[in-house]
Amino acid sequence: MPIVTYKNVGIKALAACVPSRVIDNYHYDLDIWPEEEVKKVVDKVGVAERRFVDDGTCASDLCFAAAERLIADNNIDKSEIDLLVFLSQTPDYRMPATSILLQNRLGLPMSTMAFDISLGCSGFISALSIVYSMMQNNGFRKALLLNGETRSKVYSRKDRREAFIFGDAGVAALIERDERFGESHFSLNSDGSRGELIMIPGGGYRHMSSAETIKEKVVDEYGNVRTDEQGRMNGADVFNFVIVEVPKDIKRLLAATGEDIQKLDYYVFHQANAFINNYIAKKMKLDKERIPWTIQKYGNTSSVSVPLTIASELKNKMAGEKRLLLSAFGVGMAWATAIVPFVDCKISDIVEI
Amino acid sequence: MELKDFIENFAAQFDDTDQSEFTPETEFKALDEWSSLTALSIIAMVDEEYDVALKGDDVKKAETIEDLFNTVKSKL
Repeated sequence: MPIVTYKNVGIKALAACVPSRVIDNYHYDLDIWPEEEVKKVVDKVGVAERRFVDDGTCASDLCFAAAERLIADNNIDKSEIDLLVFLSQTPDYRMPATSILLQNRLGLPMSTMAFDISLGCSGFISALSIVYSMMQNNGFRKALLLNGETRSKVYSRKDRREAFIFGDAGVAALIERDERFGESHFSLNSDGSRGELIMIPGGGYRHMSSAETIKEKVVDEYGNVRTDEQGRMNGADVFNFVIVEVPKDIKRLLAATGEDIQKLDYYVFHQANAFINNYIAKKMKLDKERIPWTIQKYGNTSSVSVPLTIASELKNKMAGEKRLLLSAFGVGMAWATAIVPFVDCKISDIVEI
Repeated sequence: MELKDFIENFAAQFDDTDQSEFTPETEFKALDEWSSLTALSIIAMVDEEYDVALKGDDVKKAETIEDLFNTVKSKL
């Protein structure tokens, strides 16, 4: 895909919400795995803590709470929100689209256009590109991008390849036009030939939900157990994909735009796991001071990890003009890089529900 | 690239296994310490030291350290 550039549109304000339930990862799942084994995995993935919703709470609920905070903190006139996008792979229902239900819950006008985007870890950058593109049309006054995930509901506790990594969170971003933003640049990529690397094979319409798809099975020589309706991940090939494609894409975007990475203020990466993120930083010889991290306290929250990391770690560092490099990659496989300007971005305190 | 250096680099990814256990013939997946996490460290080491990106299958198909050495060498 070519490099795409947008002008004078950006994130004016950002709010995030995490569940109040803290999972102490070193003591998680001890009924299933020996403590020593858990420590080994947790040390490697670097997720000391993460947050889990209860069974009754959805990604939309986290986004709803974040959006309410965003609207209140910024005195947003709801009648001016013309576009609502919900980005998630853990929606409330197979239909209708969760974004439409959120239009009503948030008390937005019926004249609001709402739709869902189903992308994983790379999704925030893609969704941002879609919303920025739409906002080039003056008909849309304000846009709300809601991005939530409850990955705690996706993976098997009995499969240690995935059991210790993922967490839940939601964010709400207010996107508006403003001449102070200047240009933002995006590179967006897809490779469906690697679709099987991260997948929930059952429960969709290819392999519909049945007694078979909810049966627990031993899936490998290590004794990991999951159903076909739980996520699987081929860690080695995902890692291979990341170390090849991510640095290449970042370099491509920098070269195409003539940007100097040293002149960007922060580098915000998808929080995959500490091992992967450390390796990319080292491989690209990046200044670690400019890389904010939340993997240690929120885990991998899929597409939410980029905006959550901004909300959590850059809250008091966004005064004035800041230019961020965003890089996200994962299920699809899909990956994206962006150079995005922020101008006095108002970041709310993180909401817990 | 030298087999001797490769074995050293390979062995450095392990914490609890005695260094004398690592020879060209070592069937590394049979080592107690081996896990899918070790595979990630090996892939990282090979990328860093040899600028070769190994796939999961490359690791799966190699029985011995020398097999993996040959795989890496063929991709240089």
